Amino acid sequence: MSIEIQGINKFFDRFQALNDINLTIPDGQLTALLGPSGSGKTTLLRIIAGLESAEQGRILFSGRDVTGLHVRDRSVGFVFQHYALFRHMTVAQNVAFGLDVLPRRERPGKPEIRQRVNGLLEMVQLDHLANRYPAQLSGGQKQRIALARAMAMRPEILLLDEPFGALDAKVRKELRRWLRSLHDELHFTSVFVTHDQEEALELSDQVVVMSNGSVEQVDSPLELYARPDSRFVFDFLGQVNVLSGTIGNGIIRQGDAWVKLPRGCDDDDGQLYLRPHEVRLTQQPTREAHLPFRIEAISVIGAEVRIELKPDGWECDELWEVGISHSDFNARKPQRGDRCYAVPEVGHLFCEHLDEPKTLNWH
Amino acid sequence: MATTDLSARPARRLGAPVSKRVLPGFGLSLGISLFFVSLVLLLPISGLVIRAGGMGWEQFWFVISDPRVVASYKVTALAALAASLFNCVFGLLMAWVLVRYDFPGKRLLDAIMDLPFALPTAVAGITLATLFAENGWYGQWLAKIGIEVAYTPLGIVVAMAFTSVPFVVRTVQPVLEELAPEDEEAAVSLGASDWTVFRRILFPVLWPAVVTGGALSFARSLGEYGAVIFIAGNSPYVSEVISLMIFVRLEEYDFPAASAIAAVVMGVSLLLLLFINVWQGRYLKRLHGG
Repeated sequence: MSIEIQGINKFFDRFQALNDINLTIPDGQLTALLGPSGSGKTTLLRIIAGLESAEQGRILFSGRDVTGLHVRDRSVGFVFQHYALFRHMTVAQNVAFGLDVLPRRERPGKPEIRQRVNGLLEMVQLDHLANRYPAQLSGGQKQRIALARAMAMRPEILLLDEPFGALDAKVRKELRRWLRSLHDELHFTSVFVTHDQEEALELSDQVVVMSNGSVEQVDSPLELYARPDSRFVFDFLGQVNVLSGTIGNGIIRQGDAWVKLPRGCDDDDGQLYLRPHEVRLTQQPTREAHLPFRIEAISVIGAEVRIELKPDGWECDELWEVGISHSDFNARKPQRGDRCYAVPEVGHLFCEHLDEPKTLNWH
Repeated sequence: MATTDLSARPARRLGAPVSKRVLPGFGLSLGISLFFVSLVLLLPISGLVIRAGGMGWEQFWFVISDPRVVASYKVTALAALAASLFNCVFGLLMAWVLVRYDFPGKRLLDAIMDLPFALPTAVAGITLATLFAENGWYGQWLAKIGIEVAYTPLGIVVAMAFTSVPFVVRTVQPVLEELAPEDEEAAVSLGASDWTVFRRILFPVLWPAVVTGGALSFARSLGEYGAVIFIAGNSPYVSEVISLMIFVRLEEYDFPAASAIAAVVMGVSLLLLLFINVWQGRYLKRLHGG
């Protein structure tokens, strides 16, 4: 079931929480609403579910207008950040709740309910906990039960509000993979809210980046990472290294630092954005770039060695970060305080008068 | 490095016992609490029991099973039951309104809830008696449809309900405030109707608090004197409450008999509260795990 969001405006008193949102969420895909807190992503999700109503705009499910429909009648599954399990019911009773409260005519018989609950608990691999109370479960288990409960009504749309937000890093990763495989198996349309860019990029087919109540960019994770439309998206998606300076004669320069631009722009001021993996480190400056640094910190944990760099003879708001392979690191053994030079391979140039960045290639 | 770290610690007195508790003041605070409880609660209660115990079982039984006294037990217990049941419903409603909705004057209404506690009970009694008298503001209208409140057992119920309603409101209110709206939203998104949400989601969480409030209200009503006697009419076998019977015995200078009846009231109240406490403890344990 596809979801169509048309011209949604939402106010909380004077504050505009959502500003003319237009969005299509394709059938059977996993879509992430990504943004910092206060960007309106949860409000949008709640409007889709019918838990909140918008002042203007329409919501369509597969072309059917559901704007005026009560949440009870929209038949969407909703999963809350803090699980919202019913404390006084066992796990099995929680999962069975949706079936139990159906009008008598539509309600399946007791044995069938029990069978379906068992099936759902097996699906979330927690059938051995059927008779426990929520207070006896771990966070990850609770969220899986909440998911089973939402799935009990066989909704075609599943909405998840920061589903992994309250869990620790390891469980979060595990549950993420598990949700992905569940989604691939069952093919419902799901929308989940997150402020974790890694989670959004890893889990979803389509990412909607939001800020201040507006949609910034809608793209596949790959596109989004490779070609961010705006500074906001760039800043929000992962670490980025920035050189701001003045442009003249095809060179951007600030203090001792300068970089030759393969194609420039006519503006006076610009910013060069570089991802950590789009930069090489050398002992000597090259003909294309002169970016002197001192090594500030070295972190060897992870697949790459992360090196934090402090500009030497020029300035930037945040330290630069460059990743090098462990074998490279072991061959050269850079030390804290060493001087080195960064050489860009791919970069993105933002100019004062252009909304969209230019992608630059040095090789 | 390690050695300097060690020497930086203050030297502990040799032989001083190491306290295993981290929170300080356990001995002192518990000691003061127990002393105070003994002074203001246990000692007077023991005095009462000893006084009543001085009369021997046979005489004790004779005093407490006097037909007029037995009639007053019934009147008191039934009236208190009716009053606390009414308070459970009305108190829950009040707490609901105070927690769930925003309206002008909400703070004032919240403050007024405590008025029955703040008001001297005799003032409450006289006011209620005036209002419900045959020519009173409420009484004249009720009389037209044949309901008499003042000077009947119904009047006792009204007085008891009035003086003890804050118990229910104030026990339910915090529990309601703590309830996450997500639970209700989850239930509604699964298709539950409003009534089902109340019956299956809210009420199971609320009712221990309602029962506790109701029990407190009941216990308080059992002993209510000031508010009740002005409106009860106090005719023997019909509208006399226990506390009045105790007072009557005192007026006759029959202190042992008064203590005996008082001991019965106290015993019932204590048992009731103890039972509620134990039951609630078990129920809450299940909700919060462990």
